[in-house]
Amino acid sequence: MVSQVVVDEKPPQQLLSKKAGCNSHGQDSSYFMGWQEYEKNPFDPVSNPSGIIQMGLAENQLSFDMVEAWLEKNPDALGLRREGGASVFRELALFQDYHGLPAFKNALARFMSEQRGYKVAFDPSNIVLTAGATSANEALMFCLADHGDAFLIPTPYYPGFDRDLKWRTGAEIVPVHCTSANGFRVTRAALDDAYRRAQKRRLRVKGVLITNPSNPLGTMAPRADLEMIVEFVAARGIHLVSDEIYSGTAFGEPGFVSVLEVMAERGAAAADVSDRVHVVYSLSKDLGLPGFRVGAIYSSNAAVVSAATKMSSFGLISSQTQYLLAAMLGDKDFTQSYVAENKRRIKERHDQLVDGLGEIGISCLESNAGLFCWVDMSHLMRSRSFAGEMELWKKVVFEVGLNISPGSSCHCREPGWFRVCFANMSAKTLDVAMQRLRSFVESTTNGAAALRRATVPARSISCPIAIKWALRLTPSSADRKAER
Amino acid sequence: MGGKLLLAAFAGSPPLSQVATSAAHGEDSPYFAGWKAYDENPYDAVANPDGVIQMGLAENQTSFELLEGYLREHPEAAGWGAGAGSFRDNALFQDYHGLKSFRKAMASFMKKIRGGKASFDPDRIVLTAGATAANELLTFILANPGDALLIPTPYYPGFDRDLRWRTRVNIVPVHCDSANGFQVTVSALQAAYDEAAAAGMRVRGVLITNPSNPLGTTVKRTVLEDILDFVVRKNIHLISDEIYSGSVFATPDLVSVAELVESRARHGEKDIANRVHIVYSLSKDLGLPGFRVGVVYSYNDAVVTTARRMSSFTLVSSQTQKTLAAILSDEEFADVYIRTNRERLRERHDHIVAGLARAGVPCLRSNAGLFVWMDMRRLLGDGEATVASELKLWDKMLREVKLNISPGSSCHCSEPGWFRVCFANMSLATLDLALARISRFMDRWNKATTQHEQQ
Repeated sequence: MVSQVVVDEKPPQQLLSKKAGCNSHGQDSSYFMGWQEYEKNPFDPVSNPSGIIQMGLAENQLSFDMVEAWLEKNPDALGLRREGGASVFRELALFQDYHGLPAFKNALARFMSEQRGYKVAFDPSNIVLTAGATSANEALMFCLADHGDAFLIPTPYYPGFDRDLKWRTGAEIVPVHCTSANGFRVTRAALDDAYRRAQKRRLRVKGVLITNPSNPLGTMAPRADLEMIVEFVAARGIHLVSDEIYSGTAFGEPGFVSVLEVMAERGAAAADVSDRVHVVYSLSKDLGLPGFRVGAIYSSNAAVVSAATKMSSFGLISSQTQYLLAAMLGDKDFTQSYVAENKRRIKERHDQLVDGLGEIGISCLESNAGLFCWVDMSHLMRSRSFAGEMELWKKVVFEVGLNISPGSSCHCREPGWFRVCFANMSAKTLDVAMQRLRSFVESTTNGAAALRRATVPARSISCPIAIKWALRLTPSSADRKAER
Repeated sequence: MGGKLLLAAFAGSPPLSQVATSAAHGEDSPYFAGWKAYDENPYDAVANPDGVIQMGLAENQTSFELLEGYLREHPEAAGWGAGAGSFRDNALFQDYHGLKSFRKAMASFMKKIRGGKASFDPDRIVLTAGATAANELLTFILANPGDALLIPTPYYPGFDRDLRWRTRVNIVPVHCDSANGFQVTVSALQAAYDEAAAAGMRVRGVLITNPSNPLGTTVKRTVLEDILDFVVRKNIHLISDEIYSGSVFATPDLVSVAELVESRARHGEKDIANRVHIVYSLSKDLGLPGFRVGVVYSYNDAVVTTARRMSSFTLVSSQTQKTLAAILSDEEFADVYIRTNRERLRERHDHIVAGLARAGVPCLRSNAGLFVWMDMRRLLGDGEATVASELKLWDKMLREVKLNISPGSSCHCSEPGWFRVCFANMSLATLDLALARISRFMDRWNKATTQHEQQ
């Protein structure tokens, strides 16, 4: 059979969908470019000590030893055997029920409750399991928003949202502007302003999405802020999605307050909005298991649970993994000690970064959660603009060799802020990063001045040699506890 | 739509999306209703011997003990073995490129299944959480909302949801019938193409399942060539869902579209490759639907890149990737598994075909899959070749005979009276029981028909 070749036919590469060709996958942003540079030249203390240190990846690598110890004590969970030795391989191999492994959902519900100090109870039948929070967030968008509808999201926010929430769903994000004037907290005025801007763009607002604890800020939303946000969505008749994937990394006092706790306190008044509040969770940050793809949607809206459950067919969690984690999370002794020790280590590493930056005159937004700090490097920019931020960022990546995330990639309104991760490296590597940064800071006029102010005692010393001498008097990070 | 009406009862609540409230999740069809009936009254040899036997689930339970045995002898495959950092690296691994060792093992396995007649590049393998995800992903990539994919009937009922629900892409059926063994013809393809055009839909591709679900047949080489020529002529894509490729237990051997792409390339026809995409999975061949392992394999670089990014929404657990990489890269084990699995499927297939024949029920001649395409057309009665009478018969099979089988209409078959009957998801004893029930049913039907004729 001879095929008729059409002379002006387009080659199939151009015949992909609009989604395939568009940029909403977000991978041309600096957030991903920094990763690419790191991958070309990754730091290794032995084999590549001058490589780029990855500080743009919000991973929790601090507590693997505890999980490994548990695995060693519980070989049956890995070997797909019941206690007593009977194999569950066949059952698990066949188990593709989108309702999820009951033992896992029960264990997850209890664990989520434990993380909230048992102030909130989770009903396993309101949990929808998904392959990671990435999948959970997208599924919720598919359920709550039609093509072209909008969600309001406080800035700065996780760069991945641009892809996860918009790409295939066709939903829009309208930013809720937050500024350093009040520590980047969400205000009613900012929400109302965002709502108006959405209306001007003729976008139908379907809800608000918050991340609490915040990525990239590392802060927990105060109870009053959560109450205000719930009031706002109640008044507007829209949804609220609370992405709480960092809830287990909250180490400060007072402890983490979930939006569900606020809802519980509203009591009868919550009835007006209870079927519009949905929580997203994941084990990627708290347990440091991003590779296992464990995410969840929690909602008391039966229609949402029903639709999202069916949708989870497109991203189910491997039954092998559900079985393992059902055993792990069902071990209350383990979870109790893990949660406490994990928080302690996160706080310690957080303090190391904050103090280290403080010593070189760089301040951070005060934070008590997350795997990163929100760092103010605006004084190091040559111009107070996003162009200046980009220039500084490139210097830090290519010259200083630290992959940090520029605030503009998180849609921050103010230039000069950077997200710097601290939990994905050893304490020693964090020291190396601080030393490199110090050298860079010393080489800039503003930086050196700020450094002086940070380290010099009340009597000012202007002689450069004396400054260095003064510096040696401050406690060095090498004096810190030996790293795990 | 039922969903919207229900939600109107919650005054003041904003509606959920159209996607959430549409019925395109497809779960209101008989295919799923039968499952519900089974769930409510499942057969158990001891506890519930009169229960419904599940013959509507295309699972492969014939070869588990081979996998179980492997894991027993190689416990490190399920664990992380010695070497600090091995667990850590695996737990952290969320790279959407997928574990290299696993992709290599998959590429090798896919080649073995095709008897070495085609090779696969591990870097063209994109991993997804199951073929369900792979098919949806490809649809998002190749088609816009409102566009159409042409799919030969009868086809897997799940496609109505997987390909249409969230993508808002349409399926236009390519009608096939028993006159030629349900093979795809060029005129049927053209008719479907014209139908789509008349409805104002832009056709983006053809999707075939090879070996076919629900037919259990492999697509003939000449038919595949015709389909390839058709997609070239129309400048559209071809998706070949080959998730049953490891279940071909009799001749003719599987001719995969991969083989044709390679041979056409050797003859200088290079532009065909950019249109061809293959879906694979370990759910059927390895009997591991719970582990969620699917593959998008494309010869088109842009598709591979985009699919990789999109797979972020549906990655395979790194724990599972590691375990399966260990199992599948054991060449010797893979060879034994493929061979043994085929033999067992063939035995099971021959057993059910013989049993049905004895009961007076013919099947479409098949050489693959986990099911047979059973012909009950004559039970519909003269002038009663309708979907309604097929569903009446189906309901009888479910409630009287206590067998959950899948009616052809749920597979969009244009000829009423055909049923898909699975044979690999139960013990031989249970299969024999099912055959006995059918046999008794046919006896009753024969008597009733004879009496009727005598009146």
